Amino acid sequence: MTTSLETAEHPEKLRRVAIDPVSRVEGHGKVTILLDADNKVHQVRLHIVEFRGFEKFIQGRPYWEVPVMVQRLCGICPVSHHLAAAKAFDQVLGIEHLTPTAEKIRRLMHYGQIMQSHALHFFHLSSPDLLFGFDSDVAKRNIVGVAEKYPEIARQGVLLRKFGQEVIRITAGKRIHGTGAIPGGVNKVITLAERDELLQNIYQMIDWSRTAVHLAQQLHEANPALYDSFGLFRSSIMSLVGNDGEMDLYHGKLRARDEDGRLIFDGVDYQDYQKMIAEGVKSWTYMKFPFIRSLGEKRGWYKVGPLARVQNCDSIPTPFAEAERRVFIDYAGGVPFHGPLAYHWTRMIEMLHAVEVIKDLLHDDAILDGERMAHGERRREGVGVIEAPRGTLFHHYQVGEDDLVTMCNLIVSTTSNNQPMNEAVRQVARRYLHGQEVTPDLLNHIEVAIRAFDPCLSCATHALGKMPLEVTLLDAGGCEVSRLTKSAAGKFCA
Amino acid sequence: MSKTFTLDGKTIPFKDGQTIIQAALDAGYYIPHLCHHPEFKPHGSCKLCTVVVSGHQTASCTLQPAEGMVVESETEQLNAERRALTQMLFVEGNHFCPSCEKSGDCQLQATAYHLGMMTTHYDHFFPNRPLDASHDDYLLDLNRCILCSLCVRASRDVDGKNVFALAGRGAQTHLIVNARSGRLADTDFSATDKAAHVCPVGVILPKKRGFAVPIGERTFDKQPIDAYVDSRLARKES
Repeated sequence: MTTSLETAEHPEKLRRVAIDPVSRVEGHGKVTILLDADNKVHQVRLHIVEFRGFEKFIQGRPYWEVPVMVQRLCGICPVSHHLAAAKAFDQVLGIEHLTPTAEKIRRLMHYGQIMQSHALHFFHLSSPDLLFGFDSDVAKRNIVGVAEKYPEIARQGVLLRKFGQEVIRITAGKRIHGTGAIPGGVNKVITLAERDELLQNIYQMIDWSRTAVHLAQQLHEANPALYDSFGLFRSSIMSLVGNDGEMDLYHGKLRARDEDGRLIFDGVDYQDYQKMIAEGVKSWTYMKFPFIRSLGEKRGWYKVGPLARVQNCDSIPTPFAEAERRVFIDYAGGVPFHGPLAYHWTRMIEMLHAVEVIKDLLHDDAILDGERMAHGERRREGVGVIEAPRGTLFHHYQVGEDDLVTMCNLIVSTTSNNQPMNEAVRQVARRYLHGQEVTPDLLNHIEVAIRAFDPCLSCATHALGKMPLEVTLLDAGGCEVSRLTKSAAGKFCA
Repeated sequence: MSKTFTLDGKTIPFKDGQTIIQAALDAGYYIPHLCHHPEFKPHGSCKLCTVVVSGHQTASCTLQPAEGMVVESETEQLNAERRALTQMLFVEGNHFCPSCEKSGDCQLQATAYHLGMMTTHYDHFFPNRPLDASHDDYLLDLNRCILCSLCVRASRDVDGKNVFALAGRGAQTHLIVNARSGRLADTDFSATDKAAHVCPVGVILPKKRGFAVPIGERTFDKQPIDAYVDSRLARKES
């Protein structure tokens, strides 16, 4: 693990290069690089320049409104926020087990979300880099360029995403920002006609998803020197796993491993997440920095998302995806694989898994009819955790006796990947930029490293009132005139 | 032979004592409205039902028609003015349709759609209006109040309780409840009151039931607001 290049000793003497905005990611972020006269890299930071504040303005709202409101954090993975919030309020209503129909409709919605988001990221956002090369013609390095040169791949990508969106529409009422999950259950089932419509194409989707896994695999096999080590850094990993250690993206217990694959914790009920996870803040970004308590803030950061999940679970409970997981584990040599570009490969394994799960659920009659709501004894607090497309997503709420929310804490997947993304871009900067003349093509290498994580910068920025700030006034010669600092607790000091 | 007037060229029969909007709705002809409710006395405050009679604008919920009267409603100018009034209602409160549980069942939203309102046009007031969640069964979200007074009339005229009232004047007018504490829990409001069921927007809401009706099955998912004048459908068919 390394955290050097985060802060240069004498930034005032260095030249600043900015990638602003970072393109083909969700949300708005920028990268700043400080170079000396010999183009040696002294500081690299991924900044998230958006400001959101959901944790604050959800306070005072009725709890049943929150799953619908909070999903507006994002237009790509709203279902994840919708379901994580609904799960948290299931707890508030004292419900440990949903009805079979409600659980299966929610799972269907969630795996539809995984499918469409993963397809969007791989085909629309990342395939231009992967198919054309990181320093290829920028005019072609986009989905339109892919559609021209690889029309079949682009078509499959668009239709895979569309299918996932249809699953969401049928279970949530709308493709984006629906209302299907409500605290305690769901508000709808699906009709026979809707099920048959999805079943018509599901086997084609499985076939295309297998092709996509192989495409990502071939990238590594064709150029291991690049794909296995690009942006490489080692870190712990964390995700939910099912009761038997299998991959379960909707529900499970928390498991974390260190960089060598040894368990840090396992079988943790996520209602107790705060015993395991804490959040740090830094002065130069609205994003928080979560870390595993037992390892401390400096060493406790961890990766989440497909690369973590595929290696953290013991198996994947659908046959095609499990076979592909084994291929990946064999490729890695049975030890944890940390190269960020393998996020793409593992992401496609997960997409295949999601489509297989959707297929199985479509054959389950519980999604057509059955009790939609469960009931329990009201509590004051609840935590909902789900494996969102980008990683483990925490929603934590407290609710007053009057049914209004009094506290909200969100740890969003991209927030967990904050330090990993910063490490990846620093590694890339060291390898490709250090001592070189900076060109747009070289800078795209930085963006390729960020894109591998599929960050959602909109979701991740909500540290209202908790962010320390530092303002430095320099004179024309670059000498410091004055400095004002605000601590995370809100105290100012000169 | 009943008396008649013409509304946009259509012959509308009416009975003595009826207002223009009552006769129009009975005949299956929609005139946009928010504060009108057939069970309550006219209030004449929202002005959306404004029509032109003999060259003069008037609220159709307060004026009784006369034999042979010529009334215009569906004109470009009147609908433009209704749209502007609706936009003002949106900016005066805090109407966040995307996360409002009344979305799809809200008459203000449905009327805005009917009038082709694409933006709110005016600067938002963003008023600071607290929620009243003190009652066990019902929530008051005053952010969405359009001062139609339907709850006031229902509570006074049907429930005989006077739970609600409009206080203040002009831009300061606001809905209050009849308790020294100002809390709904300290009134004799009940879930079975008529006043609990007449709010055209999302102010008076039963607790814990938000979003129970899925998208596609909500009131205005099924048909637009103007189609809810039952007999109008028959008129179209005839």
